[in-house]
Amino acid sequence: MTAISWHERPAPAGPAAASLAFAWRSLLKIKHVPEQLGDVIGIPVLFTLLFTYLFGGALAGSTHGYLQFLLPGTLTLAVVFVTVYSGVTLNADLATGAFDRFRSMPVWRPAPILGALIGDIGRYLLAGGLVIGLGLAMGYRPAGGAAGVLAALALVLLFASALSWAWITLGLVLRSPNAVMSIGFVILFPVTFMSNIFVDPATMPGWLHGVSDVNPVSHLVTATRALMSGTHATPQVLWTAAAAALLVAVFAPLAALLYQRK
Amino acid sequence: MITATPSIIGDLAVETDGLVKTFGTTRAVDGVNLAIPRGSVYGVLGPNGAGKTTTIRILATLLRPDGGSARVLGHDVVREAAAVRKLISLTGQFASVDADLTAEENLLLLSRLLGYSRRQARRRAGELLAAFDLTGVARHQAARLSGGMRRKLDLAASIIVAPDLLFLDEPTTGLDPRSRSALWDIVRGIVADGTTVLLTTQYLDEADKLADRIAVIDHGRVIAAGTRGELKNSVGSAGIRIRLLDPAHRSRARDLIADHQIVVHDEPDPAVISARVPAQQRAEAAGELAAYALGRLTGAGIGVSDFALGQPSLDEVFLALTGSQAAPAPTGRQAIR
Repeated sequence: MTAISWHERPAPAGPAAASLAFAWRSLLKIKHVPEQLGDVIGIPVLFTLLFTYLFGGALAGSTHGYLQFLLPGTLTLAVVFVTVYSGVTLNADLATGAFDRFRSMPVWRPAPILGALIGDIGRYLLAGGLVIGLGLAMGYRPAGGAAGVLAALALVLLFASALSWAWITLGLVLRSPNAVMSIGFVILFPVTFMSNIFVDPATMPGWLHGVSDVNPVSHLVTATRALMSGTHATPQVLWTAAAAALLVAVFAPLAALLYQRK
Repeated sequence: MITATPSIIGDLAVETDGLVKTFGTTRAVDGVNLAIPRGSVYGVLGPNGAGKTTTIRILATLLRPDGGSARVLGHDVVREAAAVRKLISLTGQFASVDADLTAEENLLLLSRLLGYSRRQARRRAGELLAAFDLTGVARHQAARLSGGMRRKLDLAASIIVAPDLLFLDEPTTGLDPRSRSALWDIVRGIVADGTTVLLTTQYLDEADKLADRIAVIDHGRVIAAGTRGELKNSVGSAGIRIRLLDPAHRSRARDLIADHQIVVHDEPDPAVISARVPAQQRAEAAGELAAYALGRLTGAGIGVSDFALGQPSLDEVFLALTGSQAAPAPTGRQAIR
């Protein structure tokens, strides 16, 4: 056995290298278990097709006209829904023996979570890309051009990765992946639907209009619409960035604390 | 010239003092005291739910104790957790490898985390796969490996850098007998290379075969600790079992051997008797008893077909200490999951 023992101990991977190693693990998991992309593919495709053809005629007179209004909202909706799976996956992962091993190794503590988040951003990118690709195929024409679309996508990814910390926190608190998913969706449905994604808030009762106006999702959608149609968006982008910063400021330390205590 | 006395603490791989961990109202670990010397296999033996896994999780810095203290290789597991993690490896109760990744990817990931370069990691993974006879399944997902192979991969992952202390939490639970003995051989090799192993098991034969010293734990407490021999001696005496050629001679044989010192029992098998010297604590007692008994039987013309001597089994020790039966060793059939 002597030949197989290496007693010299290299310096363990630093924070960045360790996080990247865990990001690589996420990608490997997608490669080996591609079924897990079912949600990342299904949600954007379903949302884009369903809401466009279901509401288009009634709400905007035509699906084509509605698509111009709806697509930036669908992009936001689909990616934001997919973020819940960050918490779901983390919760399942924490229960495995593999995670016990990671936590007993001399590795920067937040690396597994940060690495998983990096992998998740790849999934968000896929979800967002699907909505945009499908929208273009269905006739959506962004006046903002490729630059506007990419800027909108980047903003959505920024907000989504900030929101992920809320689900990561939930994933550290709750006992089962199913509980994370249920509670995540129960929160997300009102938060996304009580916004300007589907309809102009001016048509809503006053109280709902008020909710929609302060809803960070509305600011994100307004910014996304503006960027994709090439109009002025700076204040909405700043609002969204502030909301993202607030989410990270609240939930990232909370998650770190919970993880430390685990 | 100054003669240095080796520090007792420095020689201990694990030292716990009144370790306590409660979950709700359950005291899973209820004042565990352990002193585990370096350089051996230390067995922690106990039934399911005795607190073995919780103790290991505290020592591996995965759980904080609610009371008492624990030092691993001289470092406090709470205050110096980072230092402890540099010196230990954990092979958890359920294989601590990523089931979705291939055998090779598991080793590569852990090698990278431990600080090897990409090239070194490849070389190390290849070496370990070859040494553990896993090269043929290197590209198989861990989930698709057999229980025995997954355990081997788990052990390989634990010695990417040879740890000073290796925790093995029920390493052979659910394995078939052949995989178990293959795994035991690997563990012996790891120990020969200088790693201290803390092994938990609910199988007596595993503790008997692997561990130099054993702590028996039940309801979160250590109820006995010592070498195998000490534990056995603490419970019973040396004994022999004799199988007669002719069952009809049994009662005569019993009368020939039994006297005021020697207790003789009929065994369930009608041709077998067993004899013990209850007061006897010496290791050579079984041999003396055997010579005496065989001499008496031969002198009387009673034929013996089979014969065995030895200390009481750990089974008997366990039963006497905990009042409950230990888990039976797995048979081939049970092991198939």
